Amino acid sequence: MKIHEYQAKEFFTQYGIPTADGIVCRNAMACADAYKELHSPKVVIKAQVLTGGRGKAGGVKLASGEDQVVEVASSILGMDIKGYKVDRVMVAKAVNIESEYYISLVVDRNTKSVVLIMSKEGGMDIEEVAAKTPEKIFRIPIDPFTGIPNFLAARAARLLFDNESIVKQAIPVIQKMYKLFTEKDASLVEINPMVVTKEGTLLAIDGKMNFDDNALYRQPLVESLFEPNAEEKTEQMAKSKGFSFVHLGGKIGCMVNGAGLAMSTMDTIKLYGGRPANFLDIGGSSNPNKVIEAMKLLLADTNVKVVLINIFGGITRCDDVARGLLEAFKEIETNIPVVIRLTGTNHKEGLDLLKDSAFHSASTMGQAVQKAVELSK
Amino acid sequence: MSILVNKDTRLVVQGITGRDGGFHASKMSTYGTKVVAGTSPGKGGSKTDNGVPVFNSVHQAVENEGANTSIIFVPAPFVKDAVMEAADAGISLIVCITEGVPTLDVVYAQKYVHSKGSRMIGPNCPGLISPGKSLVGIMPGNIFYEGSVGVISRSGTLTYEVVYNLTQKGMGQSTAVGVGGDPVVGLYYKELLEMFQNDPDTSAIALIGEIGGDAEEQAAAYIKEFVTKPVAAYIAGSTAPADKRMGHAGAIISSGSGSAAEKKAAFMAAGIPVAQEPSQIPELLKLK
Repeated sequence: MKIHEYQAKEFFTQYGIPTADGIVCRNAMACADAYKELHSPKVVIKAQVLTGGRGKAGGVKLASGEDQVVEVASSILGMDIKGYKVDRVMVAKAVNIESEYYISLVVDRNTKSVVLIMSKEGGMDIEEVAAKTPEKIFRIPIDPFTGIPNFLAARAARLLFDNESIVKQAIPVIQKMYKLFTEKDASLVEINPMVVTKEGTLLAIDGKMNFDDNALYRQPLVESLFEPNAEEKTEQMAKSKGFSFVHLGGKIGCMVNGAGLAMSTMDTIKLYGGRPANFLDIGGSSNPNKVIEAMKLLLADTNVKVVLINIFGGITRCDDVARGLLEAFKEIETNIPVVIRLTGTNHKEGLDLLKDSAFHSASTMGQAVQKAVELSK
Repeated sequence: MSILVNKDTRLVVQGITGRDGGFHASKMSTYGTKVVAGTSPGKGGSKTDNGVPVFNSVHQAVENEGANTSIIFVPAPFVKDAVMEAADAGISLIVCITEGVPTLDVVYAQKYVHSKGSRMIGPNCPGLISPGKSLVGIMPGNIFYEGSVGVISRSGTLTYEVVYNLTQKGMGQSTAVGVGGDPVVGLYYKELLEMFQNDPDTSAIALIGEIGGDAEEQAAAYIKEFVTKPVAAYIAGSTAPADKRMGHAGAIISSGSGSAAEKKAAFMAAGIPVAQEPSQIPELLKLK
């Protein structure tokens, strides 16, 4: 789950991580008021959207004087950045930047720990820095049982800063970032850039936080900040029914048990020249109610021309799955052709049960997908 | 032989009085696994319908029944403690089935397990099976067949799909391991590849990967250097869009890395054949 920059900075402030003063506004007039309140001749106006690349899209601009603030704010508010409409901007004090740095904490799969990542190449696209000049990136895995003691924070800070007075400021900032990360179950806390001002203070100019979806049950405050877009709303609705769903836009609706098999089904559709409409994992069992709910979800997408149901019968045997499907389809009214592929335990018995139905059935994934692709054209 | 689980496996089921724990404990017993104990705090002293003794703690299960392997079905909020309890009790292999465990809990638990010299598989995994010997997981035992193909996978039903294809072609399995679909899990490709390479009863290895992270790339490099047995790979998620979680918490392409194309390229570059569909795995292993 992602949150906006201004929300991340609110967490920073709560945890004592210094940021440049800023105020979030929903219209140009509010921006003018914010400008007056900030007492700063020059401000930065930044679009608040849940996607990267705001700067390149023209969503981050400098302004000085009330008139210009209103003008710039009006041009950014209402902008479309990668499909996200800008309905909020942050007006922040422009600071005198001496140098820029990158500091983040992220969960790392390889070391199976949280890793502190730092670079002197602040303000840049960090993935690009990592790809082109990996030697400019420092990575320190954190032991969860010791966290970041002073000596470690100091060692990390000295990798970036030569000036001991900045090191002294950076130590608690790194420790507070880690505290924030662990206490809020984040998956990313990123400050890019972290700047040293001409006046010699350390400030977070930008802030980004992502959170672990698995931990939202114990982070009600974080969860309350979730702003799902239209697709995420559908995904969320699917999740509440025990499904995992992602919209893809093709013509072949897929219903599969298991995430890996669901991905594999999408891939096979593409391999045979079709386009999957979605990823849908209906989970382990395939009881009639689940199938009915899943069909509703698939048929709500008017692009869908054919439905492909791919079930591996493991502990739930294929004959039981077939009975469940027949029962479910008594209640589903649709003219859309349905291809069912059953394999696994008792697949012959299962396919026999479907023989006299209106379904197209198959026992291999290749056959089923070929049929579905054919029917989608 | 086989890896990790065999006839000597003595299993304790953590959360045996829950619906899933109870159901799979009985499935595993039927398969032939020595399910010697279960735990459920406060319900110690009782027995399950199948006569498996229930203890309050893993320590008691180890002391009284000699349990050496555990399988965890407790709800996600309690997994961290359950894993650490098992490791503290001296369990050498801890298999965590539960899904939806907070990542930081896994980070803690896995570090603790490591410090105790134990091993963890999962969470969010289907478990593992050495066909004909021991099933420690929720896999449908009847689709597996004793043989010499080692199987490593990040997914459940996709493993069954591949195994089913292998079994249909008369290629049985030495051990099949589902490592789990979360970003942070216990044993992974490298450790398991090493075990299969050293297992005299494994003659070939099927590796089933998916999008997210760079473990497949690392596995390809490891295989090239250390594995002499034939390996065939399959990668799920070629059609997955970026930045979307495809069911598994770990199956997400982020910032342009973790894509299926990169993983396939890494295997090809290492001389490892990659199946376009799961059904091609048996022939790719035979061709070698």
